[in-house]
Amino acid sequence: MDALLLVFLTPLAGALVLALIGHRAYARDLNVVFSLGTFLAAAALTVRIISDGPLFALDKQFFIDPLNVFLVTLTAFVGLSTSIFSRPYMRVEQDHGKMTPLRMRLYFSMYQLFSFTMLVALMTNNMGILWVAMEAATLTTVLLVSIYRTPASLEAAWKYFILCGVGIAQALFGTILLYMAADRVIGDSADALLWTNLEVVKMQLDPTIMSLAFIFLLLGYGTKVGLVPVHNWLPDAHAEGPTPISAVLSGLLLNVALYAVIRCKVLTDGALHSPFAGNLMIGFGLLSVVAAAFFLSRQKDVKRMFAYSSIEHMGLMTFAFGMGGPIANFAGLLHMTVHSLVKSAIFFAVGHAAQQAGTQIMEDIKGLIKVTPSVGWGLMLGSLAILGMPPFGVFASEFLILTTAMRELPWATPFLLLALGVAFAAIFSRVQEMVFGQTALKPLAHPPALLPVFVHLGLALMLGLYIPPYLDVWYRQAARLIGG
Amino acid sequence: MDNLITQLINLFAAVILMLAFAMLSQRRILTLIHLFTLQGLTVVASTVAVAYVTHQHHLYYSAALTLALKCFLIPYLLHRLINRLNVRWDIETLINIPTIMLIGIVLVVFSFNLALPIAKLSASIARGTLGIAIACFLLSFMMMITRAKAVPQVIGFLSMENALFFAATSATYGMPMVVELGIALDVLVGVLILGVFMFQIREQFDSLDISHLEKLKED
Amino acid sequence: MNLSGLLSQFLAIMAALLLAPLLTGWVNQWRAWLQNRSGPGLLQPYRMLRKLFIKESVVAESASPLFRMAPYVAFGCMLLSCAIIPTLSTDLPLSPAADAIALVGLFAMARVFMALAAMDIGTAFGSLGARREMLIGFLAEPALLSVLFTASLISQSTALTEIVENLAHRDFVLYPSLAFAGIAFCLVSFAENARVPVDNPTTHLELTMIHEALILEYSGRHLALIEWAISLKLFAYSCIGLALFFPWGIAEAQAPVALILAIPAMLFKLAIGGFLLALIETLCAKMRIFRVPEFLATAFLMAVIGMLTHFLLGS
Repeated sequence: MDALLLVFLTPLAGALVLALIGHRAYARDLNVVFSLGTFLAAAALTVRIISDGPLFALDKQFFIDPLNVFLVTLTAFVGLSTSIFSRPYMRVEQDHGKMTPLRMRLYFSMYQLFSFTMLVALMTNNMGILWVAMEAATLTTVLLVSIYRTPASLEAAWKYFILCGVGIAQALFGTILLYMAADRVIGDSADALLWTNLEVVKMQLDPTIMSLAFIFLLLGYGTKVGLVPVHNWLPDAHAEGPTPISAVLSGLLLNVALYAVIRCKVLTDGALHSPFAGNLMIGFGLLSVVAAAFFLSRQKDVKRMFAYSSIEHMGLMTFAFGMGGPIANFAGLLHMTVHSLVKSAIFFAVGHAAQQAGTQIMEDIKGLIKVTPSVGWGLMLGSLAILGMPPFGVFASEFLILTTAMRELPWATPFLLLALGVAFAAIFSRVQEMVFGQTALKPLAHPPALLPVFVHLGLALMLGLYIPPYLDVWYRQAARLIGG
Repeated sequence: MDNLITQLINLFAAVILMLAFAMLSQRRILTLIHLFTLQGLTVVASTVAVAYVTHQHHLYYSAALTLALKCFLIPYLLHRLINRLNVRWDIETLINIPTIMLIGIVLVVFSFNLALPIAKLSASIARGTLGIAIACFLLSFMMMITRAKAVPQVIGFLSMENALFFAATSATYGMPMVVELGIALDVLVGVLILGVFMFQIREQFDSLDISHLEKLKED
Repeated sequence: MNLSGLLSQFLAIMAALLLAPLLTGWVNQWRAWLQNRSGPGLLQPYRMLRKLFIKESVVAESASPLFRMAPYVAFGCMLLSCAIIPTLSTDLPLSPAADAIALVGLFAMARVFMALAAMDIGTAFGSLGARREMLIGFLAEPALLSVLFTASLISQSTALTEIVENLAHRDFVLYPSLAFAGIAFCLVSFAENARVPVDNPTTHLELTMIHEALILEYSGRHLALIEWAISLKLFAYSCIGLALFFPWGIAEAQAPVALILAIPAMLFKLAIGGFLLALIETLCAKMRIFRVPEFLATAFLMAVIGMLTHFLLGS
């Protein structure tokens, strides 16, 4: 329980401290230290879970089970590596005069606060607190998206705020309906929104209310997952905010939102005894995969392109969880992990590349491999990984999803293959031009932090070749928990 | 007596819906803020009525919280905002108002239909109010869509929150207190951030017209 | 049909005929006072009617018999509608003759005849007024019907007397649907009675007038009848409003004491209603005619929502 509290108290303390001293030179290192603390606490927590099993804290308001423990660890880990990446990145931005001391303070404290909200969202047992934390995650990032105060970034942040605000309001409505359903079974107590309690009585929840609730919850949290057609905020926010924020948005926030959807799906499935929730998710997922692939091929801005790739992959995961069953759930969880790792690695590489070129337009970024070979290779390998090339982990998870789809939903497979093909052609051709070719780029003033890029890619590679036994057990337990 | 108060809650629900329509058709920004305040007051009143009938004491607290937030603090902030930004213009809607109203009726019919099966199940005192809450939610949503200026969009957002709060109190006698505190905090922080935003937007564009914010489009 | 029924019917008609000009005078007097004028006095409408009845009626050369007939039709329609609205008592022998829907029909008939008569002469103002009047009518009628439907949904009957009986003599219940209907009804009444936000009853400014343009060609006893009909219409609308939304004090069948008490109750309610009408007219500015459809669309919408609320809240 101590480790559990430590996991989210560390970033909260970090946010307070960095709000005061974030403009100092050592704040960059302090940010890493706090993130490291969070990660260590999360690791300790994981060890505890392996030995002791699920646990509760703070009057059952917080809990850890196989499903969220691996997401907590993943979140803490990507949070740590992103903080390492943002050290040199933010220094360059400061040199370019894009970041004033005040903005640095805002950036660091909001970064920690964002980690805090995501960890709370993951670990809370209360569906209401889950909503509050998700909304808070929007609020903390919205000022980060507009931190450069350019017209485009303001526009992106406004869109982000309004669209996610509306979306999340729908989720609140869904939560109210959920409470209404629970109220009839559990009674009017403060514990009626605790997920563990709801899980016990899910068979008795009223099907009519639950189906309506799930529609609202899926639309609401789906907005934050970036499901088409409520995805419009995502590419803008990714493209206009600082790159570390793009990395955590893609790598973590979308996961957390999808996690919320999965939790709701478990309850709805129990109440409805029908594949209604799954079918909705399959529909939205498939639409997202296909639509994102085609949008992707028309992008000129590199960060926008990878943002659309995130929509595509989130769609794929939603599709997988929608199908349900042990294999599809396993594949979905695996895909969640590797996508987080690889996509954040790509954004790290892209961030450095864009800083070198001084632009995010892909036509103006050329020959990275000649100037900084490590950035070039990082981008190339990352792109290959995200496109599902063996032996990276994405291949394994996509392969599992596709084979399950062929067996269970044969009609959907051609669409998936088509979308993956289009995305492959689009990303690969663009990235090839960016990595190779003649160049006039200059190296960066500060050495880029490429350790996170290669650590992430290495982990993704490992997961493609070999899944450690304890990780395998986790995934299986979590997949069973999701059921379906 | 309780019966009368239940009817009173229904009446408040009707008033909230009426105010939602009034906001939808309102052209003046100052009146819009007044209407929003009035809607907040009605929500508070209905919360108190629910609390009285059901003897749910925590609802009194959330009513007080809402009163402070929705009827005093946020309207005050909005007033300050429009004074500081000097934006008292009439709002042009993107669609003409009778059309908006007709779409509004369709939305109301839709949400009543949506809520009907649930209303039949619900044992709560004012079971019909859920449909009205959904209707207000959708109407505020439409208000956000049809307004091209920043401040009305924000008011639409807040009135959407009003509808949700009303749904929570009337359909389920309020959410657990922790959750309500969290929601109130989020709303407050959200309004503050939006206020900051509006200054930034005006600094950049010399206007609060959201139509300036249409550069980021799919090519 | 019995004696007390006949008596209450007779009383209702006499009250309408005699009190309608007084109501108009009362509203005008308050308007004057609220605008810091001394006002023409309460009895001015009676004096005007007397004057007009004495005067010779001049009719245009091109007028057809329709032109002469129209004032009588309008007056008859208004009188009949006043007779079937439960102003004092719900025991009206004439009421089976026409229910709420037919009442709207009666108003419409008067309007159609007035519009035809206005066009009959062939002057520009007449046609203009007729066109505007029909525009308002065509938007206001559905709204008025929806208001009446909302009320009839509650009492499961379209007969006005039964609606009022239901509303007045049952346990006190709050009907949210009636709140919507009430607002819609107020808006419709302003439009139908040519009051300020829609039309100015005292204007003679050609471009803005609606109702006055219709009756520009009338004089003498024809004009007197029309003026009386207009007063009756205002009286009828006020009484519908009072009967639907404030039905207390209206007597039931076989209740002579209540019938006697109903007269002061009605006078009291009408006095307040008239004052409020004058107040609203003073506070509002007349809107442009292009805004009128919007105004009436709002009324219609309110009435429809009233009906929907009735179905949803079901009380």
